[in-house]
Amino acid sequence: MKKLIDFYNSSIGKKVTMSLTGLFLCTFLLEHLIGNLLLFAGEETFNAYSEFLVSNPVIRFVEIFLFASLLFHPLVGLLLWISNKRTRPQKYEVYQLKENTPLASRITMLTGSLIFVFLVVHLRTFFVPLRLAEVKPSGYALVVEAFSSAPYCAFYVIALVFLAYHLRHGFQSAFQTLGLRTKSYIGLLDAVAFIFWFIIPLGFALLPIYFYFFQPATTAAATALGVH
Amino acid sequence: MNVTLKVWRQKSKDDKGRFVSYPVRNVSPDASFLEMLDVLNEELGKKGEEPVAFDHDCREGICGSCGIVIDGRAHGPGRGAATCELRMRSFRDGDTIVAEPWRATPFPVIKDLVVDRTSMDRIMYAGGYISAKTGGVPDGNSTPIPKPVAEEAMDAASCIGCGACVAACPNSSAMLFVGAKVSQLALLPQGKVEAKRRVERMVDQMDKEGFGNCSNNYACEAECPKEISVQHIARLNREFLKKTLA
Repeated sequence: MKKLIDFYNSSIGKKVTMSLTGLFLCTFLLEHLIGNLLLFAGEETFNAYSEFLVSNPVIRFVEIFLFASLLFHPLVGLLLWISNKRTRPQKYEVYQLKENTPLASRITMLTGSLIFVFLVVHLRTFFVPLRLAEVKPSGYALVVEAFSSAPYCAFYVIALVFLAYHLRHGFQSAFQTLGLRTKSYIGLLDAVAFIFWFIIPLGFALLPIYFYFFQPATTAAATALGVH
Repeated sequence: MNVTLKVWRQKSKDDKGRFVSYPVRNVSPDASFLEMLDVLNEELGKKGEEPVAFDHDCREGICGSCGIVIDGRAHGPGRGAATCELRMRSFRDGDTIVAEPWRATPFPVIKDLVVDRTSMDRIMYAGGYISAKTGGVPDGNSTPIPKPVAEEAMDAASCIGCGACVAACPNSSAMLFVGAKVSQLALLPQGKVEAKRRVERMVDQMDKEGFGNCSNNYACEAECPKEISVQHIARLNREFLKKTLA
């Protein structure tokens, strides 16, 4: 235990914490997107999937790690950010960091903060009613309702652009911190990173865009209209 | 060529410091940045003013003494060159050049452009060596080392310890310096024996000195006058994890 505490207290240990929690969240993103794409399969299929998530004990167990990561990743990130700020109390008169570094690497704190705000809103919209409400609503209906609002959809898409920037830096950074970004694997890593920073946020962004513009009807709405 | 040098002046460690602008006239475009400072100092001397203090020694990019942040870049514009190798032709006639010291808590300014870099020495004392007595010169090839490994160790060993990585890093992290120093020994059979103890002590000392955490934006690699690769940071992380898991 002492070894583990010493490890966490070291600068590399904190970075490894960021790396492991970040990569765990990345695997969650992949699973979450695959599940969400079932929205295109229609209300019945999606609600069955949604019900499976709520009732499956394995998912409930993994969820503990998910929430721990969601808590630790931003918290340790914030602590690192604060301690890093202290290393240069006297700022440079001229500092051309942008000439040497990609934009994504310079704005991880900003992108991360917005993703955190997004997560709070996101959990409030979907997780809270689906998991905590006494009468469980239809997951599909919740999606249709949420994505009928233009500002809400715009907020989603903007947050996903921020997520793309966050992962553009974060994904390769996680492997560098674990010492796995070696010469022989950089090509492979960049290809996998592309899936995570580009394809996944794009996949998520398709949902609000699709639901806003095509507005598929829910069963409840169809019944109300007398259509079967 | 004529330039205006806006340079950081600070009398001592406790002085608050400020920027002072000096015109520097008739500088050869082929002069190095340090030679331009020599020209300025000669002028200041003639006027009875205190010359601008700056670190320098070999003036051929191998000692690691010089180091100035010039126009917001550690060792100035361009790549793969120390301040002493930076030529005035990199600037335009009439330019105002901003010169300031390395800025980082573990590098307190002593005077003008001179900073105290003994924090890096203390990291080396903590473990950047082999404690075995080396004896006489060994026979050639008595310890076979594959060529690519020897090359990589040599690349790491080209670190001159100037501190540009720290100066360029937004977090003042010394990971490239420590990475290079850990790598050069961890790659070779002679250094492997003490690898675990070395990485533990050096990282511990690095943290104690108050250097920041690496956020992998690789500004260090871009500004390193010896173009040391961040692959050595990956190896440092690997060595540290190996030490922890073993």
